[in-house]
Amino acid sequence: MLRFALRRILMAVPTLLIMAVSVFVLIRLIPGDPASLMLGDLADPASLADLRQRLGLDQSLPVQFGIWFGNVLQGDLGNSITSSQPVLPLVLDRFWISARIVFVAVLFATAVAVPAGVIAAWRQNSTLDLALVGTATVLLSIPTFWLGLLLLLLLGLKLEWLPVVGYVSFTENPTAALLYIIMPVMTLFLHEMGVLIRMARASTLEVLRLDYITHARAKGLSESAVLWRHAFKNAFGPTWTLIGLVLGNLLGGIAVVETVFTIPGLGRLLVDSIFARDYPVIQGCLLFVAFVYVVVNLIVDLLYPVFDPRVTAE
Amino acid sequence: MKLPAPNAILGGAIVGIVILSALSGALWTPFDPLKINFAARLQPPGPVYLLGTDEFGRDVLSRLMAAAATSVWISLLTVTAAVTAGTALGVFAGYVRGWTDRILMAFNDALLAFPGILLALGLLAVIGANKYGIILALGLAYTPSVARVVRGTVLSLREKEFVEASRVMGNSEVFTMARHILPNCVAPLTVLATSMFGWVLLSESALSFLGLGVPPPAPTWGNMLASSRSFIAQAVWLGIFPGLCISLTLLGINLLGDALRDKLDPRMRGV
Amino acid sequence: MAKTELLSVEGLRLTVAHSQMDVVKGISFSVAPGEIVGIVGESGSGKTLAARAVMGLEPPAIRRTAGTIRFEGRDIAQLSPGDLRKLRGARVGMVFQEPMTSLNPSMLIGRQLDEGLALHRKLSPEERRTLILDMLRRVGLKDPEGALQSYPHQFSGGMRQRIMLASVMLLQPALLIADEPTTALDALVQRDVLELMVELTRARGTAVLMISHDLAMVARYTDRIIVMQKGEIVEEGATQDLLREPKDPYTRKLLTAMPHRLPARHIPDAAVPIVEVRNLVVEYGGRQGFLRKESGKRVLHGIDLSIKPREVVALVGGSGSGKTTLGRAIAGLLNPTGGEIRFAGRSIVPGSEGWNDYRLNCQMVFQDPYSSLDPRMTIGALVREALRLVPNMSSREKTERVREVLNEVGLGGDYAERYPHELSGGQRQRVAIARAVVRRPAFVIADEPVSALDVTVRAQVLDLFADLQERHGFSCLFISHDLGVVEQVADRVIVMQDGRIAEEGTRDAVFDAPQHPYTRRLLSAIPILVRTEQDGVRLRWRDEEASPDHGAGASRPEAYASLG
Repeated sequence: MLRFALRRILMAVPTLLIMAVSVFVLIRLIPGDPASLMLGDLADPASLADLRQRLGLDQSLPVQFGIWFGNVLQGDLGNSITSSQPVLPLVLDRFWISARIVFVAVLFATAVAVPAGVIAAWRQNSTLDLALVGTATVLLSIPTFWLGLLLLLLLGLKLEWLPVVGYVSFTENPTAALLYIIMPVMTLFLHEMGVLIRMARASTLEVLRLDYITHARAKGLSESAVLWRHAFKNAFGPTWTLIGLVLGNLLGGIAVVETVFTIPGLGRLLVDSIFARDYPVIQGCLLFVAFVYVVVNLIVDLLYPVFDPRVTAE
Repeated sequence: MKLPAPNAILGGAIVGIVILSALSGALWTPFDPLKINFAARLQPPGPVYLLGTDEFGRDVLSRLMAAAATSVWISLLTVTAAVTAGTALGVFAGYVRGWTDRILMAFNDALLAFPGILLALGLLAVIGANKYGIILALGLAYTPSVARVVRGTVLSLREKEFVEASRVMGNSEVFTMARHILPNCVAPLTVLATSMFGWVLLSESALSFLGLGVPPPAPTWGNMLASSRSFIAQAVWLGIFPGLCISLTLLGINLLGDALRDKLDPRMRGV
Repeated sequence: MAKTELLSVEGLRLTVAHSQMDVVKGISFSVAPGEIVGIVGESGSGKTLAARAVMGLEPPAIRRTAGTIRFEGRDIAQLSPGDLRKLRGARVGMVFQEPMTSLNPSMLIGRQLDEGLALHRKLSPEERRTLILDMLRRVGLKDPEGALQSYPHQFSGGMRQRIMLASVMLLQPALLIADEPTTALDALVQRDVLELMVELTRARGTAVLMISHDLAMVARYTDRIIVMQKGEIVEEGATQDLLREPKDPYTRKLLTAMPHRLPARHIPDAAVPIVEVRNLVVEYGGRQGFLRKESGKRVLHGIDLSIKPREVVALVGGSGSGKTTLGRAIAGLLNPTGGEIRFAGRSIVPGSEGWNDYRLNCQMVFQDPYSSLDPRMTIGALVREALRLVPNMSSREKTERVREVLNEVGLGGDYAERYPHELSGGQRQRVAIARAVVRRPAFVIADEPVSALDVTVRAQVLDLFADLQERHGFSCLFISHDLGVVEQVADRVIVMQDGRIAEEGTRDAVFDAPQHPYTRRLLSAIPILVRTEQDGVRLRWRDEEASPDHGAGASRPEAYASLG
């Protein structure tokens, strides 16, 4: 088990490295002097010269990467051009806001979708199953930004149950904060339900076909014991992996939901910084999201043996 | 003749309608999608303007059709680019194996590791947002998935006995690749390409919604939704129809993809 | 129907749901307490479905449309689901075919075994644990305590079947249904597991309903045999009587299809062997993962062999013996680490003159009829492709040759236009053979060519192969784990074990006077077959050699009763 864990962790290292190289190369692809890109058009020559020296712009590209990467590892992602604040704290702040929404949405979605998918598979081709699959397919076909817009329209404007614009942080006012994030969470929740129900159902169907399920029945176990004690754990594996992917995808895709509900999250930060050509922030967001994504999937992979011990034997 | 599954029929029908509208949108629309007409601004759906007009008096229906053309065209080009590049990469890596394969796949997987539209966003920051920029950015973002799938298929086919039989017959590796392995990649590729068409369409809409996609005044469903937000209170229809178009199109693609998958490659179900 | 019958099935009909297709067409049979009954049939006979229906475990796509099943006098259709569940496991146990998938991979072995026991008996956890450990020891596990805390994937196929047996016998059922319990296992492991099963059931007086396509195996261990074909019972009777005097034509067909010895051929010596292998060594490279530093694994330890023109040499051994690797090395599908291969006296090295000649003259027939043909090509195209690199042959000549060879294998007419998925397993193997001989090669390697086929189909394909070999005179390296098949086709036999040659000699010499203990063990698993006048067979089993790793096997005295 330890070997498996070590192997997985070590496998993540080259991935992170190459991702860092990609981001570095990406930013460097932008035409223009890297130093003035980082400091903005209004920077004075002295700071420009200073930064050029610090970034090692007179040296070879791999050395420049080394210097840059070294800084990144120490948490120095530069300063935002628009706000002159250090990038990392800014990214972290926004990240917490986005992460809360994503995490809660996915948690609820999993809690509802997985049992629903399992039961749909159990009662394959029944009315319940067809209804669930149909609903799931529809849900995942609806883009999150439209779904959010519809919810906004209905619950915010027409019924006026929930506030339409803005965001209040939990530390300021918990109850108000709750109201503000209900709709974004609901949007993501509904969308991911579609994705997760289908996966849970598909993998449960696969498992129910296998011999050990018939063997469990042959032992005299009740149908529900067969389903939950034997089928469920084995079927959950692929869904678990999917959850990791979903979490990652949402970290990027949440930009649209944040736009609809005007939430100052990480996605919105990235988009705004693209418009503002705030390259240090763009770079910071890309690096940070990529990093979080790799870590999340690593955790997902490390916990996978709980559902399928066979992977540790590779 | 066996009747195709209801999935396929419904999905196929929807996708068919979308493609027809797209074709039509490129050739003819009831009104000029770009022509501004302040006199007719913000009209609700009615006999003249079937789906209403927007804040510039432009006919929504015409704009939706033109948007269909744009989105379908962009998605088609992107998927073609990604499939071509990804297949070439995947086949090459699966063929040569060894260190070249490992290094290629390490880079591939790292790119694949950027979630969702993050890579596309990053690329757009560099390239700039316009029609061709999107195709390039999304194409690059989706190539790694294709490469992975193709490589996987090539590797599993290599171990199949009919491929070994080809070698025993004396056929060169290249011939074996071309004659036996590639044609058998078509099925999983078709399934992937269909799903990918949906993902790309959605990504393009999302990017346009964010303002980083096709720039106005050219309509895409995404940017129509974006601009509808300011008028959502007075002109609900502006927010409903573009979203409905995207959803229905994606639904059609999903249904079609499901049916294709069941027929060609049952192992990929649920993805 | 006597009241003492344990299981009595009357008029059982199973139909595919939502259709009129019957897969089991009204069969009746019974099992007495303590009796061992075998149901024999080929694929499509319905035997597996009938067995599963006994406890209501037929797959959801199959419905019982007629008939009664009575167990211990009670009609199981009248039982409530709760009562039926009480029977399952406690009174009727089932052992399945695939050891890889019959145990839950994510549940500890201990828990899986405990489950059934906890459900049906009122015992304390310690008492259950004692019983489980006891049973695990009984089935031959060396470390029962460790096994309790392990997962199924940590055990081999044979061990998993033993654990399955333990799990099922723990509850001491009155009836054990064994569905192809050893098909997926190695020949020697098969026998050990079967002996164990028979011993356990005999000890507890458990009746056994054994489903199998392997007539020899069923003949050895059963009291009665039921023969099924296409959903119907065609014949049943006491094992020895049925074997000696089969009444039904299908039963006769099954018995004649059993591989048997043909008169030995004399193959003249030749100056130069057609294929010669000297000191062949094959190693698989060490894995270069981040944390692995395994050295290369040596799979073949310096093999020498030679094959005369027109000769059929069989290569036998269990899994891991290296026979498949040797076959592939000779076919040129992998590069040997050391040693030499010669064809018609010339050393074959990729790129040399000898290589091209070899390629033209050496062909291969593969094991799996379902993956050895490119699904996207027509039969005609598949066979024709083999002629692609033949020099000096016009297109017209090629077409003619393809037609000729397809006729030879019995697939003339419009078969050339069909696709592999339209053909049965046996027909596909014929295509594979056609493809191999279309070039009129001097040497053919056949890698388990009939292992995946039904018994009667197997016989046809073997006959075809022998016929072609006789006619065209190619030499053959015939790789198989099935000694019965080898007995029928081989002129010479090479026995392999752990990457080395254990024994070699003429067919008669190896089969009648085996020298190596491993050969003897392999031979003890197949019967000596003598035909009777009534188209039946008399089976004799070679004397068993007492050996330390023989497992828990105990031979059955009844098996020797039919000697002579």
